[in-house]
Amino acid sequence: MPLPDLIERLPALVNGNPAVLRRGRYLSTDMMIEVGTTPFYLSIVQGRIESLSRGPLVMRSWSFAIRGREDAWRQFWARHPAPGFHDIFALAKFGEFHIEGDIRPLMTNLLYFKALLEAPRALADDVPR
Amino acid sequence: MTAAIEPIIGRYIHLTLQGRPHRIYFEEAGVGIPLLCLHTAASDSRQFRHMMTNTAITDHFRVIAFDMPWHGKSTPPDGWQDEEYQLTTDAYIELIRTFRDALGLTKPVTLGCSIGGRIVLPLAMRHAHEFAALIGLDSAAYQTGWYDSSWLHRPDVHGGEVCAGIVSGMVAPQSPSNCRWETLWQYMQSGPGVFKGDIYFYRADSDLRPDLSKIDTSVCPLYLMTGEYDFSCTPENTRQTAAAIPGAEVIIMKEIGHFAMSENPQQFRQYLLPVLDAIRTRLTAR
Repeated sequence: MPLPDLIERLPALVNGNPAVLRRGRYLSTDMMIEVGTTPFYLSIVQGRIESLSRGPLVMRSWSFAIRGREDAWRQFWARHPAPGFHDIFALAKFGEFHIEGDIRPLMTNLLYFKALLEAPRALADDVPR
Repeated sequence: MTAAIEPIIGRYIHLTLQGRPHRIYFEEAGVGIPLLCLHTAASDSRQFRHMMTNTAITDHFRVIAFDMPWHGKSTPPDGWQDEEYQLTTDAYIELIRTFRDALGLTKPVTLGCSIGGRIVLPLAMRHAHEFAALIGLDSAAYQTGWYDSSWLHRPDVHGGEVCAGIVSGMVAPQSPSNCRWETLWQYMQSGPGVFKGDIYFYRADSDLRPDLSKIDTSVCPLYLMTGEYDFSCTPENTRQTAAAIPGAEVIIMKEIGHFAMSENPQQFRQYLLPVLDAIRTRLTAR
């Protein structure tokens, strides 16, 4: 599945998962996921992804952003990702992802965001190791 | 109806550590060669429950694990409420040797994971003759930090949630869901600031690289086992550490992360049993 299609399934994946919604029930924030040069803006209200907009959008604000090369995201979203590509902090440690901005919403809702960000794996094909 | 009762027995022991009285919880199972197990940061002896119920191990080894002070069912020392917990190399070594001597364990095999894996290196440097063999899981002489540890202990962030969230990616994606979440549950239960205090030892105290050449594996065999999905102590970190220690054996474990014994006990067993067999063969040949 092409990456943009995968990302656009995020609202359905998250909003259809009661356990993830429960984790995020006190969270409302805006975040940005940048895949290569294309930003995607997520507006989260009480754990639900209320909107997902493909950018760039002029002057759109966000609390924090996770940026990475397209190939890094593709590997991260493999059903069984290879070592080093399996976690946002692993990718950040090895310089593949950049986590920027006010990361307080991320750190206070870490298990929620990990579940959100990893949700596309359910739809992914395996990337050969 | 008979319920399943595990063979694990837990007790408390009173020790003086750093000049102060401590009440330390420990549990054990099995008979034979003492195998002392050291848990990871922010967790406790429950991480070894699968080893303690595996007869392939307990038929030959007396598996013993304590909860470090501040961890699990061991209480912090009196006055803790006005202190910041911070683990040091010297305090950790004192704990291990004091516990070992109090139980009368003669030259135990010692296996540690994460901070427990790291401490086997100073044990090998300073006290090799006191141990029959040392096994370090996720053991590296030096490693770089990958997050700001101040997030681990602040009143406006839930410590249990953030500690589990930080380490959740250190469990391999292939590990069984129930084992993954039990491992994280234990992290969720650590007291405020305990993970941060343990990490001080793991990162800041200290760079062991200059002293690795002091390790003599002919006195005490050293096994370094690291999971391929461990990005905190990477396989490369472990290989670099072993490269400076003649005779150290490196084992990189497939489809395992940072918590081998608790995140995927079945997968870990296939790597651990040959190591324990080799140690037992060596000891019985003497």
